[in-house]
Amino acid sequence: MKNRVGVSIYASLVLFILLILPTFAHHGNASYDNKSVTIKGVVTEWRWTNPHSFLKFDTKDEKGNVVQWIGEWNNPSTLINFGITAKSFKVGDEVTVTMNGIAKSGVNLGRVVKVVLPDGQELSMGNER
Amino acid sequence: MKSRYVTSTIALLILVPGLGAQIAQQRESGRNIHRDGWDRIVPDAPKTQNSAPAPVRDLTGIWEPTPGYRDGVQATGARNYPADGKPEHELPFTPLGLETWKSHKPGWGVTAVPIEDNNDPFDICDPIGFPRIELFNLRAIQIWQNKNQVLMVYQNSQVWRNIWTDGRELPKEILEPRWYGYSVGKWTDDYTFVVQTSGLDERTWIDNAGRPHSDELMVQETFHRVNQDIMELTLTINDPKMYTKPWNALDKFPLRLQPEWFDIREQVCSASEAADYNKTVGAGAAAEKKK
Repeated sequence: MKNRVGVSIYASLVLFILLILPTFAHHGNASYDNKSVTIKGVVTEWRWTNPHSFLKFDTKDEKGNVVQWIGEWNNPSTLINFGITAKSFKVGDEVTVTMNGIAKSGVNLGRVVKVVLPDGQELSMGNER
Repeated sequence: MKSRYVTSTIALLILVPGLGAQIAQQRESGRNIHRDGWDRIVPDAPKTQNSAPAPVRDLTGIWEPTPGYRDGVQATGARNYPADGKPEHELPFTPLGLETWKSHKPGWGVTAVPIEDNNDPFDICDPIGFPRIELFNLRAIQIWQNKNQVLMVYQNSQVWRNIWTDGRELPKEILEPRWYGYSVGKWTDDYTFVVQTSGLDERTWIDNAGRPHSDELMVQETFHRVNQDIMELTLTINDPKMYTKPWNALDKFPLRLQPEWFDIREQVCSASEAADYNKTVGAGAAAEKKK
């Protein structure tokens, strides 16, 4: 039993380390921390570009002011294999964006790991980055 | 009965390419389903395969890293020597080599810097150059050959280089350094093709971790066809100005022959896209310094 708990903790630790490993191909992780956030917002632009794609979306703070966010994702040559395409988002889509790694600068910029579309469809690279 | 339906369906998909393509349109996120440039699903590499012997003196075909198409990304530097701080991955730098490496500010590896300090020439879409084209984001390669030359077309940056096989020697004096150098190749046996490349532009980096090279860099590639489906690539760096001895950046790195219908997708470094990315994402990440 004790061994099983130990294995479970170890597996969780390994999974956590795997999840936070830097895996983007062009720029490294030096500008990002390992915080994870999930934000609901409205898409203002989806840039399907090299070296990386990025999603711009707006949300509102507690006072109702518009807050702009940018979510950096992987490059198109990789994302396309995970069901994510140039047409995955359109302006006005209400999305829920999960980011793992937020800019240390304090700017609203993070690295996307998952986006939930209005119809509930999840877009992600699973456990890969 | 059920198996008959399954068999019929599979046969139908094989016999009617249009139906197969339609299936390829279905998407499922969260799973890695490899697609070519025309959005067709690429078969996974089989776990075991009884391959036919390789054709003699022939590299022709479309090749991708295997077992995974992303195995050639090499984000933290050359596959055999990633810049991860491990003693076994330390390169045999000369003092000049170490000094030059320290002047390079990559986005990846043990010397990675924040985006604002990065001076990677590829970040502004300067040509990726050779050998970095094989040591960073090595994706699909299409190879053609005739009696005079072998032509290699790379997915990354959609660039090509030619390797002369007409018996000429490498230039004795380089009047014009080139991003992809000057290459000559010869078959050392029926399944092994060895390429020498020199005359490389010093502005390029060897890999994504900013490893440097000088005008004396000589690269040797050995393409060895193991069988019909697999080819191994060994890439050796020899630059006495920067390194005290040659080192293998790739060692029998496996590539798999892809179906003839495989379309190499675009993966172009667009200067305007890169500028947009650097302005939007890079500047955001760098904002702290400007506060």
